[in-house]
Amino acid sequence: MDIFLQQIINGLVLGSIYALVALGYTMVYGILGLINFAHGEIVMIGAMISLAAIQAMTGFALPGPVIVLMGLLIAIPACMLLGYGIERIAYRPLRHAPRLAPLITAIGVSIVLQNIAMIIWGRQYIAFPPLLPEDTYTIAGASITLLQIFIFFLATVIMAGLIFLVQKTRLGRTIRATAQNPEVAGLMGVNVNNVISSTFIIGSALAAMAGLMVSAYYGLAHYYMGFLLGLKAFSAAVLGGIGNLGGAMLGGLLLGVIESLGAGYIGPLTGGVLGSHYQDVFAFFVLILVLIFRPSGLLGERVSERP
Amino acid sequence: MKDLLIHWRKFKREPYAVWLGFALIGTALVLLPFATDAALGRSWVRILDHTLLYIMLALGLNIVVGFAGLLDLGYVAFFAVGAYLYALLASPQFGLHLPFWTLLPLGALVACIFGALLGAPTLRLRGDYLAIVTLGFGEIIRIFLNNLNAPINITNGPQGLNMIDPIMLGDFSFSRTQQILGITFSSVHNYYYLFLALSLLIIFISIRLENSRIGRAWVAVREDEVAAQAMGINTRNVKLLAFAMGASFGGISGGLFAGFQGFVSPESFHLTESIMVLCMVVLGGMGHIPGVILGAVLLSILPEALRYIGPLEEALFGRVIVDPADLRLLILGLAMVLIMLLRPAGLWPSPVQRREFAHHDES
Repeated sequence: MDIFLQQIINGLVLGSIYALVALGYTMVYGILGLINFAHGEIVMIGAMISLAAIQAMTGFALPGPVIVLMGLLIAIPACMLLGYGIERIAYRPLRHAPRLAPLITAIGVSIVLQNIAMIIWGRQYIAFPPLLPEDTYTIAGASITLLQIFIFFLATVIMAGLIFLVQKTRLGRTIRATAQNPEVAGLMGVNVNNVISSTFIIGSALAAMAGLMVSAYYGLAHYYMGFLLGLKAFSAAVLGGIGNLGGAMLGGLLLGVIESLGAGYIGPLTGGVLGSHYQDVFAFFVLILVLIFRPSGLLGERVSERP
Repeated sequence: MKDLLIHWRKFKREPYAVWLGFALIGTALVLLPFATDAALGRSWVRILDHTLLYIMLALGLNIVVGFAGLLDLGYVAFFAVGAYLYALLASPQFGLHLPFWTLLPLGALVACIFGALLGAPTLRLRGDYLAIVTLGFGEIIRIFLNNLNAPINITNGPQGLNMIDPIMLGDFSFSRTQQILGITFSSVHNYYYLFLALSLLIIFISIRLENSRIGRAWVAVREDEVAAQAMGINTRNVKLLAFAMGASFGGISGGLFAGFQGFVSPESFHLTESIMVLCMVVLGGMGHIPGVILGAVLLSILPEALRYIGPLEEALFGRVIVDPADLRLLILGLAMVLIMLLRPAGLWPSPVQRREFAHHDES
């Protein structure tokens, strides 16, 4: 039982990070109908930049959490700029091109980012310095670290902020209008290009935070980390219903829990035939199952109708 | 000058001129390995062999991406299936040593089945979903190849399988140096001619497919699925056929790869290989067979050309700043973006594609 609870806790924490990344996919998809393949790499760049900043600052006698916060504050604008740049260079010129074209540039951009990161930071894993408190609490036989609580809490606050932004502000209204119909939104005086840019910028800021969280959680960062994380977050977005903000959050949490329960139980259930190194396979199976049985996802409605 | 051009155009259409052209190209292809051997050395003949394998792979992917317009990002999975099938059935792993003539069609068939298995549930999906699912499928195959060494050792895990039987036709072993009519053919030369013959076969099949009823159905589905359906095309079956056909080409070249190398491991079937093959198709010109071949040739030679960058860096900066091997993928990625932005139909596009993209520019 305590293993069950433990896996649920781990899954929710991991899932909240997936949810942050999934939001980036889903926002861009909701507006442009495009899978931003490079989004996972933005997460990776966010992790790498914040780690580089943190390592540069460890010399100063500052408390650990402050250094981490400073790293985050450097990574967020950098990623925002990157997201904006990618949209301007790789996607905007192809907005009326055949569907295959922006997909291929997206893959190209993600390869470029990955390899630039590899050239700058090398092929080895980069360790996250032990700056954060490592207090552990025990609840009903399951242990939870302060870091886990903090990640989950922060992710929840950010997501609540995003919902507020989209539902209550003027920018949010223009985003929703553009997602419904870009042409008509343009006729109503919405600057569609600005709206698209701002979704990329918001998504990238979320990605930067997720990048720092994931590297703090696992204690390391790697130039290749964005690929798998991006794929899983995308699966989460599809699970929840792509284009739907609530769906991305739900899908992220659900996928995190499925993955952790799966990794925890696959060994005993199959009598040791399949081990926990199959953990990464679950997201794909979830993705394929969702696409077969409910392609619009748990909360989505109108996805497959888009031309 | 203009007269000359007109004369040339007329001449080009004459039947004897066409045959002359074929004969010239044929002779050049036959002599190529000996010329390369003499000029650049044995290792370059090996690169030629690899280029031919890549041409087969690129033509297979071209059916899926170029003709039918389905973006498949896990194409290397079928290559892996073909290679591992050959490796398992012709190596000491299970003590099986099936002959090449059964393995080649078997590889094509099994890869074809895998293609259909993946395609059946996913082909109803829109293009970008398909891209993600195939991407995931490619990774799943690799994860399984990596981990299927326990509890029963099937794939031998990350170490891979070695001591795979070389390709044999009757008593003729391709991996041994052979004397034919007083000319010495080394192993790489033998494989060159085998791969050349099979590449030509695949080129022939591709050309015939392109101009067939099925080929036209693929193009129709690519251009407008709804209209194609209205014209009575069973879009699902047609797409499935493209997927399975492309997969079987991948399976064939996978089997050849295993026999040629004598060794397979999961590392050879990384996502970057899928991207590499996709890049060949995109760079050359999606759906245009000569363009795809050009793309495959260019990108197979690229890593070799990059070797000269190391010394160049040393000469310019005094030391090697960026490992040339790291630049390969960076250049591929940049090429994909730039080609799509500047020349979206590829370096050597088919007339139809060029028209289509030109039309889209106007809108």
